[in-house]
Amino acid sequence: MKSPFFHRLALAAGVMLIGGSAFAQVKIAYIDPLSGPFANVGEAGLKGFKEAAEILVNQKGGIMGQKLEFVGFDNKGSPQESQIQLKAAIDQGFRFITQGNGSGAAHSLIDAVNKWNARNPDKTVLFFNYAAVDPTLTNEKCSFWHFRFDANTEMKMEAISNYMEKDKTIKKVFIIGQDYAHGHQVAKYTKEMLAKKRKDIKIVGEDLHPIGRVKDFAPYIAKIKASGADTVMTGNWGNDLSLLIKAAKDAGLKARFFTYYAGGLGTPQAMGAAGENQVLQLTEWHMNVPAKDTEKFALDFNKKYPGIWFYYMRVNNMVQMVAQAMNTAKSTDPKAVALALEDMRFKVDTGEVWMRKSDHQAMQPLYISIFSKADGKSVKHDSEGTGYGWKTVASISQRDSQLPTSCIMERP
Amino acid sequence: MEFIVISLLNGITYGLLLFMLSSGLTLIFSMMGILNFAHASFYMLGAYFAYQISSWVGFWPGLLVAPLLVGAVGALIERYGLRRAHRFGHVAELLFTFGLAFVVEEVVHLIWGKVAVDYRIPAELDGTLFTLFDTSFPIYKGFMMLVSVGMLVALYALLTRTRIGLIIQAALTKPDMVEALGHNVPRIFMLVFGGGTALAGLAGVIGGNAFVTEPGMAAAVGSIVFVIVVVGGLGSLGGAFVASLLIGCIQTFSVALSISITDVFALIGIALPEGSQVARLTITQMAPVLPYLLMVAILIFRPRGLMGARES
Repeated sequence: MKSPFFHRLALAAGVMLIGGSAFAQVKIAYIDPLSGPFANVGEAGLKGFKEAAEILVNQKGGIMGQKLEFVGFDNKGSPQESQIQLKAAIDQGFRFITQGNGSGAAHSLIDAVNKWNARNPDKTVLFFNYAAVDPTLTNEKCSFWHFRFDANTEMKMEAISNYMEKDKTIKKVFIIGQDYAHGHQVAKYTKEMLAKKRKDIKIVGEDLHPIGRVKDFAPYIAKIKASGADTVMTGNWGNDLSLLIKAAKDAGLKARFFTYYAGGLGTPQAMGAAGENQVLQLTEWHMNVPAKDTEKFALDFNKKYPGIWFYYMRVNNMVQMVAQAMNTAKSTDPKAVALALEDMRFKVDTGEVWMRKSDHQAMQPLYISIFSKADGKSVKHDSEGTGYGWKTVASISQRDSQLPTSCIMERP
Repeated sequence: MEFIVISLLNGITYGLLLFMLSSGLTLIFSMMGILNFAHASFYMLGAYFAYQISSWVGFWPGLLVAPLLVGAVGALIERYGLRRAHRFGHVAELLFTFGLAFVVEEVVHLIWGKVAVDYRIPAELDGTLFTLFDTSFPIYKGFMMLVSVGMLVALYALLTRTRIGLIIQAALTKPDMVEALGHNVPRIFMLVFGGGTALAGLAGVIGGNAFVTEPGMAAAVGSIVFVIVVVGGLGSLGGAFVASLLIGCIQTFSVALSISITDVFALIGIALPEGSQVARLTITQMAPVLPYLLMVAILIFRPRGLMGARES
């Protein structure tokens, strides 16, 4: 039986066997909008996760020899649909999920995951949240089965209000936001914190508009102008932010905009020159933060996916921390992974990310930056091919970003 | 005073853009009796075509070519799709245009991706036209108004003062007679549909860079154009014009009013119980609902619309 044919057959079978075990995968369900008005945001996120898993985990040995894979589940941005997709993912054998766009969907998922885990202690599910920033998710509603890798609204507002406290040119602030949980919370914390830190600042107006519905922001800008505001605070994202800033430019509004999300997903492109020295953002990273590895990752990513610009450093952090937790625990059981992830201190090239045990909220360095002309020096890279990029005006250390939590966690 | 003037200006500008969007829809409806659910998709196509053309040869050729291309696409769809669906009645037509909207959106996803494209205002139109009470009015908005008004005048002249306009009008009421006189009625319908979609395309060319060119842009305006057609009166060009301006101003001024429902009721002497969620809503928050409220009211009290010619 020495025929070359059988040799080859045996070899092929062997390869398939080995290949088969190496391809056994750790799969994470990505439950976010992949159709509808926020499809662009969801699509960019999924690409980021897949790329991060490939480059940062799979090419470096994977998880105990297995590959990490992200699979998209379209929740259309809706809380109800999120639960249906969660069910579908569980039925397909997923034990890990991630979500980020919209705190409404995050609330719905956290409830569903808690309920599922209580009823199925042998088939638990773990939820990694990379962008839903409602503070209650790590306070009143905190859960052992939920980890957040983005700073929450309270932490972000604390950093922004500290910056505003020192800037004496700020006298009148106008708050504008999308009419849902996130917009309401930005407004609430802005008022609370400014009232404490700068009693002389007047809140001259507060407006909530329907999310994703307003085409022409000119009337809102007219109102902001009439209020005499010199500063606008907004948690808007996507087109709601781009159009707002465009309208401000058209009307010649000279106010400064403090934002969460001006840095990515098409907004810089929509702002263009209109945003110069007018728009600030608070993020965990931007292209001009000195961070070699992430910078290289971002440049490669932008080249590989033309039209989508790398934006979420926290996605990279999350993917690596989850992989490390699984490797340390030597298990892909959600409970073991959660226990290994708690209290993890992970070195990234902007500093350290610490996953606080008491509420499962990640603590990381944050940066406030302003949109300025790219000059090759302090603004080395422009954003989305606009000729303008982000210049750091304040850095917040991981320690300074920490705030107390009211979380009383139920542990299994 | 300053605020009222600025708001009025904003309202009229927005209204004129709405008119550009809805004139084609109203034209197609009044001429052919087709309620085109995919109308906003042609608006989106116009924006994307103009983006593509302007990235090759500049904005101005795009302004001319993109609407023609959209019109050609529209004419082809009428010839090979809608005309066949027409045989099976109005429901089939409606469903056809409804499905078409999704097809166009997916095609746009496939070709241009899901993120916004960088379609910019040309440099020569980027600037301030005049400054009023130290609020600047951009040149581009003036340009938008000009095109919109030009469109109304040209359409009106075409339909009432030219031979082809007369034939179109005749073909609508007496298609058999027009056909007997030797005119090709199906081709006239194809031209009308192509023309209507070309108008939507033109609106896209102009609206695409004033706002954002992205795959969700059709869905964002899809419903408001129907409000305008219904309020203005199904099939009335003049009505659509008046309705556009009306809705533009309603939206602009309602944003400006920070009074709540409680205040409104207090004006007419009714005190609402304190603390309820609804009573605390301000007019600003309700701004987006108001056009739809107006549409419902119109349908109840004046079903043929402000200037509609018939009841349907």
